[in-house]
Amino acid sequence: MRKPMSAEAAAIVRMSRSALSRRRLLQAAGVSGVAVAAAACGAGGGDDSGSASGSAAPETSAATDVSDSEKIVNWANWPLYIDVDDETGAYPTLEAFQQASGITVNYTEDINDNNEFYAKVRAQLESGQSIDRDIVVLTDWMAALWINNGFAAKLDKANIPNAANLNPAYLNVGFDPNRDYTLPWFSGFGCFGWNTAALQETLGTDKLVTLDQLWDPALKGRITVLSEMRDTMGIILAAQGYDPSNFTDEQFQEGIAVLQTQIDSGQIRQVAGNDYVAALETGDVIAVIGWSGDMFQLGEDYGVGLPESGAMLWTDNMLVPSTATHKKNAEQVMNYYYDPVVAAEAAAWVQYISPVAGAREAMAEIDPELVDNEWIFPSSTMLDNSYVFMTLTPEQDEAYQREFQKAIGL
Amino acid sequence: MPAMAPSKKSSASTGVGVRRRPRTAYLLLIPGLGWLSIFFVVPLISLFATSLQAPTGKNGVYQAAFQVSNYAEAIAEYWPQFVRSFIYSGIATVLALVIAYPLAYFIAFRAGKWRALLLVLVVAPFFASFLLRTYAWRTILADEGFITSFFNMLHLLPEQRILNTPIAVVLGLTYNFLPFMILPLYAALERIDPRLIEAAGDLYASPFTGFRKVVWPLSLPGVVAGTLLTFIPASGDYINATLLGAPSDRMVGNAIQTNFLQFRDYPIASALSFILMAIILTLVFVYIRRAGTEDLV
Repeated sequence: MRKPMSAEAAAIVRMSRSALSRRRLLQAAGVSGVAVAAAACGAGGGDDSGSASGSAAPETSAATDVSDSEKIVNWANWPLYIDVDDETGAYPTLEAFQQASGITVNYTEDINDNNEFYAKVRAQLESGQSIDRDIVVLTDWMAALWINNGFAAKLDKANIPNAANLNPAYLNVGFDPNRDYTLPWFSGFGCFGWNTAALQETLGTDKLVTLDQLWDPALKGRITVLSEMRDTMGIILAAQGYDPSNFTDEQFQEGIAVLQTQIDSGQIRQVAGNDYVAALETGDVIAVIGWSGDMFQLGEDYGVGLPESGAMLWTDNMLVPSTATHKKNAEQVMNYYYDPVVAAEAAAWVQYISPVAGAREAMAEIDPELVDNEWIFPSSTMLDNSYVFMTLTPEQDEAYQREFQKAIGL
Repeated sequence: MPAMAPSKKSSASTGVGVRRRPRTAYLLLIPGLGWLSIFFVVPLISLFATSLQAPTGKNGVYQAAFQVSNYAEAIAEYWPQFVRSFIYSGIATVLALVIAYPLAYFIAFRAGKWRALLLVLVVAPFFASFLLRTYAWRTILADEGFITSFFNMLHLLPEQRILNTPIAVVLGLTYNFLPFMILPLYAALERIDPRLIEAAGDLYASPFTGFRKVVWPLSLPGVVAGTLLTFIPASGDYINATLLGAPSDRMVGNAIQTNFLQFRDYPIASALSFILMAIILTLVFVYIRRAGTEDLV
């Protein structure tokens, strides 16, 4: 199903291998995963509910912007989620920005899990104190939570003319209509991944297409699903014939029952964060519900594919915390990364889906081999076959999380 | 007279020393007490207050209250995890004792010049992070690994695997807390005067009787300290269950972690922590009382 990797891509994979395993470790609890964004991409995702409170986001008094006197910006991102020079460990695009703008970027990779990061900074945000970060990168549902709680500052689009390059598919999301508070960083799929040789041996096929194949008794105890509720439940709901971007409580219960059955029977060996990759590599696990970027990195012995009944599409977003003191500088950073050439350079390294229109054309200059890489630039067929998980109210989120955690042993 | 002077002087200084000792002792207590009150008592009070909070309706935000029902809810919801925690950590403690005692005995009485090196080796695993050591067990116990293959050859594994079963969790707990068992045992055994064992032999005690009547009772403080140092952290551990267990092997530490970080249900998480503390305190109290008498001997 996946084309053999080009020499360049293979080289990139080899180079980034060691670094990636570090990333997996760091993100063990479950990276970004999950979604709600890029509404128009899927089968009409992110439609109803929108901002969960129903009312406009509460405005907290914005912090004083000292961007003009202090030429710095503090950016918190996920580990290895930006282009890195493998020789020096520097960030090439970020350095070019610093030289051109004279703004010093303090880039830290200190977000390993949406919930954990939120737990860390919540108290300061609630009391209106600075969290010493001017840009944070959060997955859709977490970004929605920040906007609803008034923890996000409204972006001044006059400072971000390149925001016009945003792929229109991402513009109209429920939690941030018109993208007043957020700009997408990268997207990816929640989908199937497998060890091709082992799958051939156990199931007699070289690719997974349906969820029923994953539940085949021959794979008992040899599969994992993601601990990220939205990805795992979304794929199960889609396989049940329901719409993961618009479902009812009863349908969710049915999905939970399916998961519970497979957990209780021992079909599902473990519910994993990013560390499922290690289990695939040791051979303990043959097939997974995992994330496209990881699967792509594993190499030619492994396969990746979207379920016939529908995959999940998630997006991580840049936003400026309400207490940030270098908002204008932060907006300049965002503007810079929405230049298609810069976006393509970053995408060539991280190999997730770029939300910047024109990045594909720019990629022709940077690495022609990657132009047709459908895991960076997915085809419309792939996007049509993907769902963005329904936007949940905080109450729904809590209730569903509890159901999910109970099914997986807590 | 001059000959008397020094002794008088020394007795005088001893007298001053005796009078001063309590005050010095209290002064020396200040850093420890300060540390404990700031980093243990205050958080404990805060945790207890949190365990009684009531929801405000807004996710992750709670208000001060006196909601004792949090405790009932926590027990009703998570009693299987509690039971599992104490079974797993109990087995792990017994296993650790069985492994550690002969080792500590050997180091204390037979190792000779290798003693220092062996003690360093016992502590050596601590040079690597707890998390990484546990990760390493995933490779060691992997399905294709030689340990699993060996036991599978003998048809000893009901699930044809070790990883992601309760066996792996108990093994992980035993391994990770073993040094906490070995070191106090060694400290207790090392203090035993070998002449006592010889004396037992001289009095016609068989080696086994000598061990039972002399070595074992004298090493009991080490056994008590070691079992406590192993059992207490093992019952609250969640790393081993997360990395080596299956979804059905979760322990109470996992429940606390999930409630704190996933559900942001701080009252329930705090209540769980307090219940865990209370159960452990009770068990330890009973255990020490029994250990203090002849019951355990």
